[in-house]
Amino acid sequence: MVVLDQTTVTERRDLAKRFLVRLLIVVTVIVGINYIAWRLFFSLNWDAWWIALPLVLAETYSLIDVSLYGLTMWRSRPRDAPAAARPGLTVDVFITTYNEPVELVIRTARAALDIRYPHLTWILDDGKREDMREAAEAAGLGYITRGDDWKNRPLHAKAGNLNNALMATSGEFLLILDADQIPLPEILDNTLGYFDDPLIALVQTPQVFGNVDDNDALGSQAPLFYGPIQQGKDGWNAAFFCGSNAILRREALMQLGIVRYVHEVERAVLKALKGAAGVLREARRTKGAADSTIDAALGKVSTAVAATRVAIAAGEPLGSATYQLQRQITEVSRGLVADDLELMARDIEAIDALRMGTDGDWDAIIDVGQNIDALAARDLSPLGAVTSVQALLRSIDVDRSDEAQPLMPLATISVTEDMATSMRLHGMGWKSAYHHETLAIGLAPEDLGTALKQRLRWAQGTTQVLLRENPLVQRGMSLAQRLMYFSTMWSYLSGFAAIAYFAAPVIFLVFGVLPVNTTAFEFFLRFLPFIIASQVLFVVTGRGIATWRGQQYSLALFPIWIRACTTAFANVYLKRPLDFVVTEKARQSGPNWNLIRPQIIVAVILAIAAVVGIVRLILGIGEPIGTIINVVWVVFDLIILSVLFPAARYAGYQSEESPR
Amino acid sequence: MDITVKDLGDGVAVLHLDGRLNMVTASGLRDQVGTAVAGGRNRIAVDLTKIEFIDSSGLGALINGLKTARQAGGDLRIASPNEQVKLVLQLTNMERLLTAYDDAETAFIDG
Repeated sequence: MVVLDQTTVTERRDLAKRFLVRLLIVVTVIVGINYIAWRLFFSLNWDAWWIALPLVLAETYSLIDVSLYGLTMWRSRPRDAPAAARPGLTVDVFITTYNEPVELVIRTARAALDIRYPHLTWILDDGKREDMREAAEAAGLGYITRGDDWKNRPLHAKAGNLNNALMATSGEFLLILDADQIPLPEILDNTLGYFDDPLIALVQTPQVFGNVDDNDALGSQAPLFYGPIQQGKDGWNAAFFCGSNAILRREALMQLGIVRYVHEVERAVLKALKGAAGVLREARRTKGAADSTIDAALGKVSTAVAATRVAIAAGEPLGSATYQLQRQITEVSRGLVADDLELMARDIEAIDALRMGTDGDWDAIIDVGQNIDALAARDLSPLGAVTSVQALLRSIDVDRSDEAQPLMPLATISVTEDMATSMRLHGMGWKSAYHHETLAIGLAPEDLGTALKQRLRWAQGTTQVLLRENPLVQRGMSLAQRLMYFSTMWSYLSGFAAIAYFAAPVIFLVFGVLPVNTTAFEFFLRFLPFIIASQVLFVVTGRGIATWRGQQYSLALFPIWIRACTTAFANVYLKRPLDFVVTEKARQSGPNWNLIRPQIIVAVILAIAAVVGIVRLILGIGEPIGTIINVVWVVFDLIILSVLFPAARYAGYQSEESPR
Repeated sequence: MDITVKDLGDGVAVLHLDGRLNMVTASGLRDQVGTAVAGGRNRIAVDLTKIEFIDSSGLGALINGLKTARQAGGDLRIASPNEQVKLVLQLTNMERLLTAYDDAETAFIDG
């Protein structure tokens, strides 16, 4: 007889549950494909393609969304507790602040001082505030702010703040805290053990807010994300860095900084050389022939540039190659008699103007192609051509002089530097862990305006990463890791799908145009299994967490998601600042319906459409089953949108002990 | 880690490093390069012969030094890394940036 001990029983139960979850995922995806394939190939109403196509695209979007969710849940489970923290590790605790009240920052910093594991605590003040410095010093805290190197150079917001502090400190590990995230004393004791694995670069813990009541009108808590979803990503070694309440290994960050630096320098130097060759060619063709001395000089520089390109292609290190080239060019220009000094001065002015005009964006500055075009368009003198090539090469030398510091370990390609950074770390073969235990308690926004701004920022940052470093094509990560990052980005595209989901029932109820060409029976036969399986999947994998509010917000905030996509697109491809669109003023008092005006308009249209549909049915114009289905759909949409009404009326957190 | 500075004249300084170049000692190297450049020696040769261990922060200090020297119109070169250091240079792709010279004293012999 076999006697099972308690652990074996639990293990078996876990295995059985895992098997069921996986079965459910497979079933959901199969019935989903069954539905979408039927919708695409057998039931599309091509006569009304203008709504039929958007709707089926939206449904395909949702199927992919559910499939990615299924993949996330495939390996989702809590980790075992890590080993105890080894003594003797060195840790820097960073508290990042920009404009938060000094008392709030100090409150967090005092809690940080009380962290049990030995550490140094630093306030990283990006606001450079004198009273902050004094308060920090009075409390015995380290105080770090940007130095002169950052003047007239891109600041890169929080990423820049952290990068600056990395250079000023030396702990092996870094605990990053937002100014309003109060750490518990055991935060390091309970997490440093993960780093016994030398490949672990990051441990993320949940972000939980203390100033949110059970109703959570603004949807601040993210228990599904800081729970099953991060655990699911963790299962594929893709737990994200979320900016705060995380511990990072300095060596991993610095290595990332080095590798990126070499990569950026190589890219910039090659681009500059290519551009320089172009300018020289143009200068020789148009003007060189007139003066043999200058022609010879241009020829020498051309040869040197060409030789450098060959040498670099053959593996010559960038440092020596650029150094030699610059010396050669300096020699050539020294040999030239500047008989048109005035012309040359004008050229230099033009070059400077070009460099100034790029407003400090790294991408813009190294966009040599643009500068070259502009230079070629200007009527440069031949001597000017040599000088401009020299200036161009210098501006993108290996010293990366357009940046405050050569190493930028925290990614600066996005306002969500956290996600971009962890993706790069994973791409380099580092591992991450998600530790599911509340070890810091933060403050959530207390009004809808601030909350929306925050969501907009996250969505913008995530879209920036998608556009700049699409995870699907990043080398170094496994397919599952790529999909885990892509999944989060994909979820921010829901705004476009929402429009189709709102428009389709309105169009049917008002105009009688049906995007689906079928009978009700055929439709439900395929639709119901998919929708039911998806909802069961959410309930089962949510492990008792209410997932409904999240689903509501993902559709109801459609204007935010769309704006995030369009502004991020304009930022990445048209170099427009992200906050180009002026955000609404924070509320003065009372409900701020302005913030949700598009949703109110949609809700009104939906309600009117339902009435029109019913009237059409009574008049005998409307088709009964279609009308019923679409009225139910409208009600569903209205329930989705209804999440915003308490949010707009939310008057802030009322603590039970001290009512305000 | 100990740093001995040797002035070769003509604006060239050799920095002999001894020990571990890591996150703790990196700032020392950074300061020494800064001092040398401020003193008019903008061509810096860093002798790594006696460096038994280097980490990414150490590499970061070399890059910072390179920046400092280049901005002053000079250069920073490294010489005779051991196997561990070579491996790190390779892993981080730093060898794409910096040539490892055989001998620090002669790193600037060609100018």
